[in-house]
Amino acid sequence: MNVIAEAPALSRLLMSGNEAVARGVWEAGARVATAYPGTPSTEILESLADYPDINVQWSVNEKVALEVAIGASIAGGRAFCAMKHVGLNVAADPLLSQTLPGANGGLVIGVADDVGLSSSQNEQDSRYWGRFGHMPVFEPGDSQEARDMVMEAFEVSERHGVAAILRLTTRVCHVKAMAEVGERLDPPLKPFEINPRRWVVVPVNAKALLPNMFARDGRLTEESTNSPLNQEWSGSDSRLGIIASGPAAMNAREACPDAPLFKLGMSHPMPLERLKAFAAKVDKVLVVEEVEPLIETELKAAGVAVHGKDVLPQYGELTAPIVRQTVAGLLGETVPAPALAETAPEVFPRPPTLCAGCPHLTPFYCLSKLRKKVVITGDIGCYTLGVGHPWNAVDTCTCMGASITMAHGLEAVLKETDPSKRLVATIGDSTFLHMGMQGLVNMVYNRANVTLLLLDNATVAMTGGQDHPGTGRDIHGMETPKVDYRTLCLALGVDENHYHDVDPYDLPRLFKILRTEVEAPGVSVIRTNRPCVLTDKFCNNPPLKVVDEDCTGCGNCLAVGCPAIMVTRRETTTDNRGREKELTFVKIDSEFCTGCDTCVATCGPKCIVPATAEATP
Amino acid sequence: MSSHTDTPATGPEVGPVTNILVCGIGGQGVMTAAELLAQAAISLGHDVKKTEVAGMAQRGGVVTSHVRFGPKVVAPAIAPGEADLLIGFEVAEALRWTTHLKPDGCAMVNVMRIPPLVVSGGLFPYPDDPVAQMQASGRQVIAFDAEAIARQLGTVRLVNTILLGAIADHLPFPAEVLRDTVLAGFRARKPALVELNAQAFDTGRATAREREMAKAV
Ligand SMILES: Cc1ncc(C[n+]2csc(CCOP(=O)(O)OP(=O)(O)O)c2C)c(N)n1
Ligand code: SF4
Ligand code: SF4
Ligand code: SF4
Repeated sequence: MNVIAEAPALSRLLMSGNEAVARGVWEAGARVATAYPGTPSTEILESLADYPDINVQWSVNEKVALEVAIGASIAGGRAFCAMKHVGLNVAADPLLSQTLPGANGGLVIGVADDVGLSSSQNEQDSRYWGRFGHMPVFEPGDSQEARDMVMEAFEVSERHGVAAILRLTTRVCHVKAMAEVGERLDPPLKPFEINPRRWVVVPVNAKALLPNMFARDGRLTEESTNSPLNQEWSGSDSRLGIIASGPAAMNAREACPDAPLFKLGMSHPMPLERLKAFAAKVDKVLVVEEVEPLIETELKAAGVAVHGKDVLPQYGELTAPIVRQTVAGLLGETVPAPALAETAPEVFPRPPTLCAGCPHLTPFYCLSKLRKKVVITGDIGCYTLGVGHPWNAVDTCTCMGASITMAHGLEAVLKETDPSKRLVATIGDSTFLHMGMQGLVNMVYNRANVTLLLLDNATVAMTGGQDHPGTGRDIHGMETPKVDYRTLCLALGVDENHYHDVDPYDLPRLFKILRTEVEAPGVSVIRTNRPCVLTDKFCNNPPLKVVDEDCTGCGNCLAVGCPAIMVTRRETTTDNRGREKELTFVKIDSEFCTGCDTCVATCGPKCIVPATAEATP
Repeated sequence: MSSHTDTPATGPEVGPVTNILVCGIGGQGVMTAAELLAQAAISLGHDVKKTEVAGMAQRGGVVTSHVRFGPKVVAPAIAPGEADLLIGFEVAEALRWTTHLKPDGCAMVNVMRIPPLVVSGGLFPYPDDPVAQMQASGRQVIAFDAEAIARQLGTVRLVNTILLGAIADHLPFPAEVLRDTVLAGFRARKPALVELNAQAFDTGRATAREREMAKAV
């Protein structure tokens, strides 16, 4: 049960920023909500799926998600679209073209920046898009603000006919805080009109729309100047004033409760005159914003003397102690900072690993065995972990879909410079449907020589197990048509003799096909076809164990990388030619072992057996 | 829309806050423990913020949850050196987060060791005596084998409740409030387990007290 969705108006309860956004979207009367999963934004749509009277859907990628939302807005309904920061890069094309005609029904884009880089490939500042696309930007700092601001964003969007950006960060999305909820509004649909001069942005129409966009900027500045979301918080010590937005404003308030603080909720366009008046009341001004110095630069350009990234860290989260230290520095004071001075004890890293019995284990085990022969391009998903111990079998990872296209480019050069190398691209099912198919058809069309390992585990595992068009289920768990990868790949031009569906737990067969296909010219596709062990499609087999007396300590099974296989002891012996040898003895943790049998094939002495069977005499 | 006024608003008041950091690895129940602490604080009318910093939680990465409560909580997370209490579900994780504790803070530690593949594979050593290392920093450390107790009581799933019982006497509110919150959760979802968890909570509480007494002697 989703308690936030069920909560009656005026109740106050603990909810994450993502749950608060979902509630706000629903309360604002949105008709359509779309998203492609991505940390830390994923739970917004997952939560919205539990609300009535709203069409909630997983899209195949962010460009698609945004375009569906744009269509809904043009039709006159309020529409919402969520994604992680890098998702908006994928959706940049519709984003920057829709802004000329603007929104009809309110259109809000929730974009979640991974400030502090907990699970992404970069730390970018999505507030740039507001400047780029002449769109207002809202920056909530906690759950209550997230719910309130998404609702206000819909109002502003509709009032000014412009899409609004709700800029979230990990510390909003994944922090639970108390928030009060309200009733669902029932805003009337905006009339839909066939109007090519507005909705068809051919050059002549687009040109005519340009002046409107700049006039709109002026109205948005007025809006921001009058917005209650932009407010001054009093402080008794006028030696230094803080201008801040988002969760960084919360940290700044905690760090310096006596400093006057101008809290920017609608942070673009800025209420410049009010900020100037604020700056005039204090001796010094510090701008506290995550991540890039956008507010700071605009204030400086307007002639306001402020500090910002000249004294604060250029990246990462701006925590209370960081702000406290910085402010003390600006005021010429010293603060006792035992915590920052004390170095944390050194403890081994605990990198995430693939799960016990994960269907991605064997493909990377096989690739590690072919290491000398192949260059392996990686993609984004659980299988990116193939870069680590013990496989060391991912050589590149850039962005979603780039495994295929970059393998193609690598091959074009390496075939001249290092012709013995073969190219293997590794990609997950969701990533393939997001942006991989285009690369595959491009390879076939341009006669590339690449083996594509399509690691189909029937879910978006990395982000917590969402459905997609290849799983045959929608966001509500209802049945939908299911992609047939074989038919799809053959239709894109892959030779049917070089397309294989393979059970990843059949290690010998997988290895044989992979070894053959990397040598074959042209494009090959090898699709593994077993589900992620954390989904309901997965069935456990009885667990295995190691017969201790028979284990020779060869350590071969450890190369699989299954976390259920654990080292019990190490020994050094001398072999019959007098050389020193490391022995590693193992056991299998039956609580984690899924009985996938993968490790059995790696064990010469055949001492990995069903946990229930007696040891062979 | 009403126009703004130039009189500043009061803004959020920064008051006294209790900071509890819960740490462990994915799948151990760190989030659940933090959620229960938050619910107990809410039942007393506190403002609460609770943040989750999960690596990729499903796959054995580091998991921490910050629970902050008081009359008004402004910042979302606990800064290094500012935690009043640390609950460590795994002993090396407790060591990793030691410096998040105030110098006079208290750590409640399950001594269970879960070495990751990079350790069992021989790339990194596991610290010899994490508890001693934590104590060397001058902080109060109460360490015991919560897993062994859980096994004695019937199932390792009780580790969570045992650790909550152990911390219960260190909270700024009566231990019974947390006990009631924990048991209310089971009463609502798995009534058959209420008794067992009550026993686990009380055993955890008694064990922590014993350890403290032993120290005091
Ligand atoms: C443009 C973009 N959108 C979303 C994400 C977040 N994300 C990372 S991996 C991934 C998909 C993983 O699914 P799949 O390819 O099926 O691999 P699996 O994790 O299931 O092995 C997503 C959505 C991202 N990194 N970039
Ligand atoms: S979540 Fe699924 S795909 Fe990811 S590592 Fe675990 S089993 Fe593999
Ligand atoms: S059978 Fe082997 S590889 Fe598979 S889960 Fe068990 S220990 Fe891991
Ligand atoms: S492969 Fe077999 S013999 Fe070698 S360490 Fe593993 S269990 Fe022991």
